Amino acid sequence: MNFGFPMRLQYMISGGDFNNAGAAASSLKKILKQLSIDSELVRKIVVALYEAEVNVVAHAYSGLINIELDHEKILIVIQDEGPGIPDIDKAMEAGFSTASEEVRSMGFGAGMGLPNIKKNTSTLSVESEVGKGTKLEMIIYLNT
Amino acid sequence: MATIKDDNYFHHALKVMDDVCVGCTHCMAICPTQAIKIISGKAVISDNRCVDCGECARICPVDAIIVEQDDFNLIHNYKARVALIPGVFIGQFPERVETGDIYSAIKNLGFTHIYEVENTVGFILEGFEDYENQNEEGLKISPFCPAIIRLIQVSFPTLAKNIAKIKPPIDIAAQYYRHKLLKEGFKEEEIGIFYITPCAAKIASVKSPVGVKDSKIDGVINMQYLYNQVNIELRKPGLQKEYQLNQDMLSKEGVLWSLTGGEKPHHSGKSIAIDEIHNVKEFLEQLENEVFEKINFLELRACDQSCAGGLLLSGNRFLTADRLRNRAEKYPPLKDKRLYKKNTEDDIHLGDIEPRPMERLDIDINKSFKKMAHKQRLMCYLPGIDCGVCGFPDCQSLANEIVQGKAGISYCIFMQKKLVQRGLLSKESADAINARIWGENRFQKNCEKNGATNELS
Repeated sequence: MNFGFPMRLQYMISGGDFNNAGAAASSLKKILKQLSIDSELVRKIVVALYEAEVNVVAHAYSGLINIELDHEKILIVIQDEGPGIPDIDKAMEAGFSTASEEVRSMGFGAGMGLPNIKKNTSTLSVESEVGKGTKLEMIIYLNT
Repeated sequence: MATIKDDNYFHHALKVMDDVCVGCTHCMAICPTQAIKIISGKAVISDNRCVDCGECARICPVDAIIVEQDDFNLIHNYKARVALIPGVFIGQFPERVETGDIYSAIKNLGFTHIYEVENTVGFILEGFEDYENQNEEGLKISPFCPAIIRLIQVSFPTLAKNIAKIKPPIDIAAQYYRHKLLKEGFKEEEIGIFYITPCAAKIASVKSPVGVKDSKIDGVINMQYLYNQVNIELRKPGLQKEYQLNQDMLSKEGVLWSLTGGEKPHHSGKSIAIDEIHNVKEFLEQLENEVFEKINFLELRACDQSCAGGLLLSGNRFLTADRLRNRAEKYPPLKDKRLYKKNTEDDIHLGDIEPRPMERLDIDINKSFKKMAHKQRLMCYLPGIDCGVCGFPDCQSLANEIVQGKAGISYCIFMQKKLVQRGLLSKESADAINARIWGENRFQKNCEKNGATNELS
């Protein structure tokens, strides 16, 4: 029996709930630490998921995280219902932010979200429809 | 766990006295790294996981966990017998006891030289200045507290690279005073440097150093022992009081160094000081996710009130800290740091601090996935009460042991009951399992335990 592959995990995100932003990232971290994955890679995965989670909390109404993990790669798909991103290229620029003053005053929304995710993942694809929502797909390969 | 060989790989100063331990599980519950399990009714500390923080010894209701120490008489093997004392030792005594008297008492006990560790704080500041100039970017974690260094190695491996590579005061002081005595004409083998330790972690750091090639310390003396001996000396009539204090390098900053916030003010940018190991753990857990704004320096100490709250201190930690703050006022601010550089040629840099993650289920990635899947299935059945009756700190720890083949699901008292009810486990086997975990006699009437009637049998 080949149980264990792939490992599937699912988390919900509520928009505006900054208290719980990062809950999925820390739950995933606890699992990754028990697998034989390089600590530096664990850090990258956790940072990427954390940033993505905060994006959903800060901008969208709700979101769903699906994670598929095997010995070669981790695939994280984050689908939200929210305003969408009108200009994805712009959003990928470091420092570009549409976050409200309120969100920024909480220490979020510095415009480093997507760039930071890109920096920490092997591949990142962003699909978005204005008025509906955004879907992020990121892959991190475990064999470096 | 399976990653590193199990026995005596790391030196630990904390030992469980089997004949005293009553198997109450308090230590198992408080251990920040889940390093304690119960076998045959006695606490057993895992060498790979233990970080020598001493939380177990602190909470033990019967004082079954002791701190091993070197024999005091070892000092007499040397001509120059150096007592290297941390300032918190002085802070234990009421303010009416003069520092000079304490020094005299220590000398009466057989030491020839007494130096306070914090004399050499100037070296560290100087080292840090250079270090921060060379390694501008990113977070640096203080290397001061050996329990914290070990905690990072086992539980927060991703942060091991952030530990600043500057030796802690204990090593720098030992190195400096060895040099000084060599210059004064003592031969290498005539010099014995004895560190008076406020905690178990410092013993471990001397006996199995991390990032330091060879410790310059010849022995470690339990601070409790010296405190008792000094108190006896102080009460003897005719104590000679004019002992020359070697405190010319001691500064206000130095006296404050081992207290919470002692290092923090010396670092530019955002720096945070946190004490008590569970607080530190909580903070590092969040820090690993990079949830925080940019932090330049972290001062992390395993004990509440830092070294004033050391396991081997006798006084009240709040009073000790307060006395040291008052004492600091009596010393001048640190002089030109460059002054110290001339005094030593020794290296003040720490070597690499290797992560040694203890949470991995297996070193082989495929096996680790399989074990993880197995563990997740087990967790569907285990009740999640974390009662410790299985002999492990929580249900997840039991699941870890099961997937490693070191325990069975019938170790869980609730699962055991179900298995017996369904005829899958005999009552005898169940009793045998419980006896293996808790010892043969644990479930017999015993009025000797705390709170019992203590009636004569």
